[in-house]
Amino acid sequence: MFSILKNDLIAPKLHRIVVEAPRIAAARKAGQFVIVRESAGEERIPLTIGDANIEQGTITLFVQAIGTSTRKIANVPAGSFLLDVAGPLGMPTEIKKWKRVVCVGGGVGTAVLYPMAKELAAVGNEVKTIIGGRTKSLIILADELSQFCQEVCITTDDGSLGTKGFVTDQLANLLDSPDTRPNTVLAVGPVPMMRAVAEQTRPYGIHTIVSLNPIMIDGTGMCGGCRVQIGKETKFACVDGPEFDGHLVDFASLAKRLSMYKAHEEACRLLAS
Amino acid sequence: MNNHLSPKERLAIPRTQMPAQDPVIRSRNFSEVNLGLAELAAIEEAQRCLLCHGRNCVSGCPVGVSIPEFVGNLASGNLTEAAGILQQDNALPAVCGRVCPQESQCEAQCVRGKKGDPVAIGHLERFVADWAMSHSENLDLPSNSKPSGKRVAVVGCGPAGLTVAGELVGKGHGITIFEALHDTGGVLRYGIPEFRLPKEIIDIEVERLIDRGVKIECNVIIGKTLTLQDLQRDYDAIFLGNGAGLPVLLGIEGENLNGVYAANEYLTRVNLMGAGQTVNCSTPIIRGKKVAVIGAGNTAMDCVRTARRLGAEEAMIVYRREEAQMPARLEEVHHAKEEGVKFVMLSSPLAVIGDENDWVKALHCQKMALGEADDSGRRRPVPIDGETFMLEADVVINALGTSANPLLTSTVPELQLNRWGNITVNDEGATNLPGVFAGGDIVRGGATVILAMGDGKRAAHTIDNYLSTLPKTVS
Ligand SMILES: Cc1cc2nc3c(=O)[nH]c(=O)nc-3n(C[C@H](O)[C@H](O)[C@H](O)COP(=O)(O)OP(=O)(O)OC[C@H]3O[C@@H](n4cnc5c(N)ncnc54)[C@H](O)[C@@H]3O)c2cc1C
Ligand code: SF4
Ligand code: FES
Repeated sequence: MFSILKNDLIAPKLHRIVVEAPRIAAARKAGQFVIVRESAGEERIPLTIGDANIEQGTITLFVQAIGTSTRKIANVPAGSFLLDVAGPLGMPTEIKKWKRVVCVGGGVGTAVLYPMAKELAAVGNEVKTIIGGRTKSLIILADELSQFCQEVCITTDDGSLGTKGFVTDQLANLLDSPDTRPNTVLAVGPVPMMRAVAEQTRPYGIHTIVSLNPIMIDGTGMCGGCRVQIGKETKFACVDGPEFDGHLVDFASLAKRLSMYKAHEEACRLLAS
Repeated sequence: MNNHLSPKERLAIPRTQMPAQDPVIRSRNFSEVNLGLAELAAIEEAQRCLLCHGRNCVSGCPVGVSIPEFVGNLASGNLTEAAGILQQDNALPAVCGRVCPQESQCEAQCVRGKKGDPVAIGHLERFVADWAMSHSENLDLPSNSKPSGKRVAVVGCGPAGLTVAGELVGKGHGITIFEALHDTGGVLRYGIPEFRLPKEIIDIEVERLIDRGVKIECNVIIGKTLTLQDLQRDYDAIFLGNGAGLPVLLGIEGENLNGVYAANEYLTRVNLMGAGQTVNCSTPIIRGKKVAVIGAGNTAMDCVRTARRLGAEEAMIVYRREEAQMPARLEEVHHAKEEGVKFVMLSSPLAVIGDENDWVKALHCQKMALGEADDSGRRRPVPIDGETFMLEADVVINALGTSANPLLTSTVPELQLNRWGNITVNDEGATNLPGVFAGGDIVRGGATVILAMGDGKRAAHTIDNYLSTLPKTVS
């Protein structure tokens, strides 16, 4: 059992949960995730470790309550427990001095991006971040990111905060000029966003890392459910990833596989309502 | 009960049939297929044993269960003695009685099999083990020696790890099992379905170990949550029983279409997560109407029979050789047939074909013929030129097998592996690292429950000796 010490709603349907998990806090590196099962009989859900505090033995998870299972996790109040939290899983982000890095985050992807950007800045990269969402209330972690980012650029589809438009418009500006063009781009967000970013950087040959979120079960390479197509190869996102070269990822296949249980989710939603 | 029968009388008793659920009914439920022998039937079957001096059957058992002794006691109605003998020799008799390939082990060696049917050793083992479970209040827990002050970490809670834990806790050592998943049992829980091995049996066996003092920590992935170095610091010896959990891919076009599963995923969803078994299970599974399972081992049979239970109208085994070469237990093949499973033999998949939405719609297959024998003596399947066909399917399951999962081993570069990534051990189960031992599928590749247990027993013996060479710890 893993105690929940804090559970804050930081944006509509988006919870920041602090969980007591000393071993994971000590072992985790940026880019890794845990698998959470809220209670007996529930699904195993992969969640990125947003942050960790070794002294306090805690990890921070960002949970977007969109499906039946994520809603159950998000609804566990502080003082209560999660039955199972296993990790840290996956390969850590390659933290290297790339020089100029642009991090692009969409929606809850920004939470996944946050620890990576923090580490990249810590080793001396010049990090700019572009974060976007549909509307103002969905923009998260802007203040936290600005602690170590050279620039945090916000976009909203409706213009209610920052620049009206998409993250890709802002990225285009940076790519345009050799003075601002990054050596590395990190993109985390909805599949169409990551795909669009990868297409944007491809002509420039800019190293582009994306973090994939396929359906998982064990997270240890045992089941093969998290298969993703990377170039000509099939990889297991839980052990070989979750980060991959954005120029090699078959996003169409990823999107299809993510929709595999749509009918089931629909049925659950109806059942719950 | 007396067991004073003449050989002639014994020879006259026909082999008892295992009562089973009706095939039509059971192919739609997850309850155990075999119902178990009634006491009188079990005793009668035991009386078929000639109690011969050769004890051939024992040599056929990888852990050397004292078969004539437990069977003899059963034949005389001494169930408590029979149970004691069995539990002494085999840490998981209720499991082995159900899933061992007896036809190629103990029963293959039984003298009675030379002319007629061998004694149904597996059924008898199951009977005695089940009897022991339901009479546990009359039976003593095996006693532990006095505490040694030594601590052993066991990685993996499958049959290998459970056996090591049981043996070593008995010797007075402090045992902690670390398991990556949220539950115990390894393949026994996530792989082998309820209709073949009820999960309750694993629960009871694990509970027994806990009662004897074994600690089990789930959700701990060695190599991730804790490192092997962490364990080396905190424990006097380590046993690696982390299994062979890495699916071998088909490597053909269409493998990543929706509706294509690796067997481990399909079975884990159903067995570990409960998908398709209860109405509001939160873990989903695609219930195909026409399900094609590639492979013919126990895993393939488990998948295809699970598919039937999830409602498949057509559940098919697709195998590149012939029926006689299928590696699955005979009983599983027999049960699968009774349950209406189709066997598409001498067929090898070329590609998985998808529809316009990237869902599976067919399996493109190559017709094969059996050619020359290969090194293993089995005739090698060779493609028949130009003969291919389409097999309609909306779910395809890859049950080709598994190989060594590198998650743990890749974090310990100094640990010696063979070229397939399996851990190398000597005859005593010791790896090249002092104090680190291994056994089960991580050493052998996908093998059997009883071989994993045999490895565990042997490694436990070695570990116990090793611990006695260490300086006494003050604890
Ligand atoms: C579907 C299926 C059906 C089968 N049917 C039969 C049968 O009828 N008869 C038979 O004899 N055999 C059968 N087998 C084979 C048999 O189950 C295996 O040979 C046996 O379970 C191997 O035991 P093990 O203890 O080595 O490994 P496993 O049972 O695989 O257990 C290993 C455990 O270690 C855990 N683990 C892995 N990595 C780590 C880590 N890094 N840290 C912590 N824990 C870890 C795993 O989660 C797992 O629980 C079957 C196998 C399958 C898949
Ligand atoms: S453990 Fe397996 S091989 Fe040994 S007696 Fe039992 S069924 Fe036969
Ligand atoms: S989640 Fe099972 S292999 Fe990746």
